[in-house]
Amino acid sequence: MSTDYHPRRLVNVGAERVSDVASTDFPGHYPGEDHSWDLQKFKQNLHVKIQRLSNRSIDFDLVGVDASIANAFRRILIAEVPTIAIERVYVWDNTSVIVDEVLSHRLGLVPLNVDPAFMQFKTHPDDVATDRNTIVFNVEITCTRNPAAPKGSSDPSELYVNHELLSSHFQWKPAGDQQSVFEGFPTPGPTNPNIVLAKLRPGQAIAMELHAVKGVGKDHAKYSPVATASYRLLPHIKIKKPIPPALAEDFQKCFSPGVITINPATKQVSVDEENVRKDSVSREVLRRPEFADSVELTRVRDFFLFNIETESAYTPERLFPEAVKVMREKISVIRGAVEALKAQLEGTGAGDVEMTDA
Amino acid sequence: MAEPIPKIKILQGAAADLSAATYQIHDESHTIGNALRWMLMKNPKVEFCGYSVPHPSENVINVRVQMYDNLSSLDALTKALDNLDNLCETVEDAYLESLRTDEFERWEEKS
Repeated sequence: MSTDYHPRRLVNVGAERVSDVASTDFPGHYPGEDHSWDLQKFKQNLHVKIQRLSNRSIDFDLVGVDASIANAFRRILIAEVPTIAIERVYVWDNTSVIVDEVLSHRLGLVPLNVDPAFMQFKTHPDDVATDRNTIVFNVEITCTRNPAAPKGSSDPSELYVNHELLSSHFQWKPAGDQQSVFEGFPTPGPTNPNIVLAKLRPGQAIAMELHAVKGVGKDHAKYSPVATASYRLLPHIKIKKPIPPALAEDFQKCFSPGVITINPATKQVSVDEENVRKDSVSREVLRRPEFADSVELTRVRDFFLFNIETESAYTPERLFPEAVKVMREKISVIRGAVEALKAQLEGTGAGDVEMTDA
Repeated sequence: MAEPIPKIKILQGAAADLSAATYQIHDESHTIGNALRWMLMKNPKVEFCGYSVPHPSENVINVRVQMYDNLSSLDALTKALDNLDNLCETVEDAYLESLRTDEFERWEEKS
């Protein structure tokens, strides 16, 4: 990887301030330079590279886009990629110590494994529930004493039967053609079966019907498909003056582990370009008078290190494409409205126009 | 009440030829606002572009566009939206390409 970035791409990190934060690649900013939008140029400069992928999270680099674009994707991931969550709870019986509304709230937060692609949005919250927009679960549990409990035991799991309401107690009640739709896919239920929702004692019971619908994170955080979706800028470290061999280890300790390498023979320090991304940019090195003038800390303005953790039915690698899809849908809706507005203005002759929806 | 809210409308004070206008886009936020502002600013014919969320409890953004040479800001808006869509497509393709062909670390995470 090249270690030299164009100075215009760097954001300066000082001891107490940051500078050169805003991007300057706009037409008219630099006389004689063309910075107008050019798709071909953008394609050439764009680099996307997946770094790590697990069953729950993904790390990737998005290089060559403006912060406004990267931020749009991040915001969409958190607030506008749809998921399925429990929205309505019909309580037939609840004699547990947790009151209905608190328990209902807890139920809503349980992540479900239902792929949102199978479901439609309810156009209005009071719409009739259908097999296309609602998934129904039943919960029925009664706590009793365990007659076979060992003598002298004080462990509730030995003393009682059903002393906890767990997410695994959700029983899917297929309606309409749901049975065939979900054939071959995991049975609708929680992604994690071990979430404790309420504790019970003998004689207490819970009986409820749960309705799960499709929603987005901006309506309620329970619909957010991600645990975190964040990015940071790639750190870039420039050593301007040689570091005295006697201080090499001190210097190394100013950075995150692995960022600075010391040549064992010469005690010369250098930046490990593969590992600079690990640096936390703590600026410790700038607090040291002996080092402050020898090093320049920067970040690369258009080099985004994304980290996305899924907490939903989506696999981590699917989340980003879903966010792009949502973004493009938004653009197309506005585009349609702009076209309609234009047609309307041309039809009536520009001026006072009565606005109606397209 | 029953009247549907328009997705986009031109606020009072726009130039008759729309070379300068403020557009109010309903049900949008910084997500589209900032991205669209950036893409409009990439157009050399745009003299000025800025956006605001006038109030956090009103679900709208105002996008102000002023053009050079008395050009139509509505055309610039259309072009910016098209460019933004191309950008999204390019980013998505690059991401999927990397997912398909690049080598990367795979690991197992406990939940």
